[in-house]
Amino acid sequence: MSAHLQPTGSAYFIAAETQVSESHTLSVLVDNEPGVLARVIGLFSGRGYNIESLTVSETEHQAHLSRITIVTRGTPHVLEQIKAQLERIVPVHRVVDLTVRARDLGHERPLERELALVKVSGTGDHRVEALRLADAFRASVIDANTEHFVFEITGKVSKIDQFIAIMKPLGLIEVCRTGIAAMNRGPQGM
Amino acid sequence: MSATENQMTGAEIVLQALKDNGVEHIFGYPGGAVLPIYDEIFQQDEIQHILVRHEQGAGHAAEGYARSTGKVGVMLVTSGPGATNAVTPLQDALMDSIPLVCITGQVPTSLIGSDAFQECDTVGITRPCTKHNWLVKDVNQLAGIIHEAFRVAKSGRPGPVVVDIPKDIQFATGTYVPPAMVPAKHNYQPKVQGDLDRIREAVALMQGARRPIIYSGGGVINSGPEAAQLLRELVDLTGFPITSTLMGLGAYPASGKSWLGMLGMHGTYEANMAMHDCDVMVCIGARFDDRITGRLNAFSPNSKKIHIDIDPSSINKNVRVDVPILGDVGRVLEDMVRLWRAGAQTAGKEHLSDWWASIAKWRARNSLAYKPSDDVIMPQYAIQRLYELTKDRDTYITTEVGQHQMWAAQFFGFEQPNRWMTSGGLGTMGYGLPAAFGVQIAHPDALVIDIAGDASIQMCIQEMSAAVQYEAPIKIFILNNQYMGMVRQWQQLLHGNRLSHSYTEAMPDFVKLAEAYGAVGLRCEKPGDLDGAIQEMISVKKPVIFDCRVANLANCFPMIPSGKAHNEMLLPDEATDEAVANAIDAKGRQLV
Repeated sequence: MSAHLQPTGSAYFIAAETQVSESHTLSVLVDNEPGVLARVIGLFSGRGYNIESLTVSETEHQAHLSRITIVTRGTPHVLEQIKAQLERIVPVHRVVDLTVRARDLGHERPLERELALVKVSGTGDHRVEALRLADAFRASVIDANTEHFVFEITGKVSKIDQFIAIMKPLGLIEVCRTGIAAMNRGPQGM
Repeated sequence: MSATENQMTGAEIVLQALKDNGVEHIFGYPGGAVLPIYDEIFQQDEIQHILVRHEQGAGHAAEGYARSTGKVGVMLVTSGPGATNAVTPLQDALMDSIPLVCITGQVPTSLIGSDAFQECDTVGITRPCTKHNWLVKDVNQLAGIIHEAFRVAKSGRPGPVVVDIPKDIQFATGTYVPPAMVPAKHNYQPKVQGDLDRIREAVALMQGARRPIIYSGGGVINSGPEAAQLLRELVDLTGFPITSTLMGLGAYPASGKSWLGMLGMHGTYEANMAMHDCDVMVCIGARFDDRITGRLNAFSPNSKKIHIDIDPSSINKNVRVDVPILGDVGRVLEDMVRLWRAGAQTAGKEHLSDWWASIAKWRARNSLAYKPSDDVIMPQYAIQRLYELTKDRDTYITTEVGQHQMWAAQFFGFEQPNRWMTSGGLGTMGYGLPAAFGVQIAHPDALVIDIAGDASIQMCIQEMSAAVQYEAPIKIFILNNQYMGMVRQWQQLLHGNRLSHSYTEAMPDFVKLAEAYGAVGLRCEKPGDLDGAIQEMISVKKPVIFDCRVANLANCFPMIPSGKAHNEMLLPDEATDEAVANAIDAKGRQLV
């Protein structure tokens, strides 16, 4: 990481960061109130942390709670800071580093899934090939006419990346991805 | 009380909620979007409203008020420019952990988002410079939000909050709920009791230490007078040397025998050397700020570090520590003192004698020395005389930001907590005058002095008018050297002595300025006249501007140049022009 991007913000960090940066998935349980998402992402931009993926939706309507899933990248020290800083925000109830929790449970990663809508346009062989590949990837057709398909695909990020790459030469027009939804394996809750 | 009895307008609810939260004074400035609240203020006399001359002044006055009393400071401003002018004191309070409730007016809810006159996105703008903020959209939630605002401002690590109230909500009628009936709604419950096992671990480390040091900060002041008392007890019991950050001055008395002076960039040689060479460091309510640590990879390389703090994000942020203790400083110190007393090694302190001998050697370097003069007033001398002539009084000191601030920290001896108000984290020029005004409102009979510089004082000079209006006899003691001294010092250190825009070509006549405001102006130019002039300043029962003409080119030493370590200080007797010009290398140059 270059010096001016050091997420701790202070120029006094001349000392080279020796730890390796890694990607972690955080679950943040927040009050579903106006501005709460701005507080969370403002923290990330203000302190120079990265956001690789962000998903948010209300999960408990009665309790007015929303769950924000953030994939971020940093050294273990920075990740620990991100968690502490998030916990300081008043409407934040809990922050769980799912990646750390997964390792504690003996898994490599938490369960992480993403949904994508992929629009492909074409005729002839390209069209047949696109449909065949979609079938192989278990993507379903949710809209079509004689010149296009819209596929819905769900899965790991790598699977979706691969599907999109394959569709490129077959007439890829448009992609929309939801970002990652994640939780850990096993009977325990967050 | 029946529901109908509790029906009030939003403006009435604001006043009632402030009263129920123990507010006696609010600092503010009226405007279109807060007129209903001002109308309520007019019709009651329990809460005194103090009219400032600029919203920034209201914020700093509320900060000074809060810092000197331990209470929550309250400010009231209008929408748009009123709110944006409040941003500087809000950020200042956030960085220095000062509890502040800022009530802002907002355009009516029907106009929000329409670019109405004096509209701004107040909660958006103040989101990163507050602990939390609220836009009130329902008058029935107003009382609960204000009570919650006070709780958030003063609990845990204190800080500023904003409650933004649209004008139609101030007019609307709703139900008032007293504080006792509002449960702590949020999940916001800071941990105050420290983990006993961790405290035991810390005490064991401290008992085995041969070269220990206590490094305390503003958290001790925030925790309350009991925490400062416990800190003193701990120092006496352990016989450990103690140093403090700028924000923590006064928690341990400057006359105490274990006192090493302030540490950090302009701290004493003995404090910084002891930090560098110690084997156990006990950090109490401080946050390893860059002004304290110097170059991080050379910061106290061989010590075990204990860190007591109420804010989890302060722990392991800049410096990794061995024993983190999360909790309120006062509660943790109570346990620590008790465990230390129960321990076996309380009797002898002989094992520390070698360490104290090393400290004595460093102290003998006399790092605060300066060349006295009979012709011009040395700024350090001015502070020393000010201290000597005011120390037996009920004195509070505020400062602006710059060289004068550092000299005040170095040469004014603080014996008690809550007596020293300064902008440490944000470094806000213009803080001192309104802060002194706020302190004086809280302590009408005390001697309140703003130690200022000639540049800083002009940033909030308009509050002289407020001081005159409220007969607040604050004393503005300006160390006038015609320069932005600290800027010039850095230009000498970093930029080949090219003094770009750090000299003030046209300086007002401060004596006439004071008189124009209806205050008293004094000027002193000779060291021989200084004592008499200070005495005169003290005896005047009106606000005073004291124009103290000091040596123009004096610089603030000792200093850890940027990018250097604690044991690489630039001492006053070594700070030749050449040493100053070469003190900072290319890497250090990019630092602030």
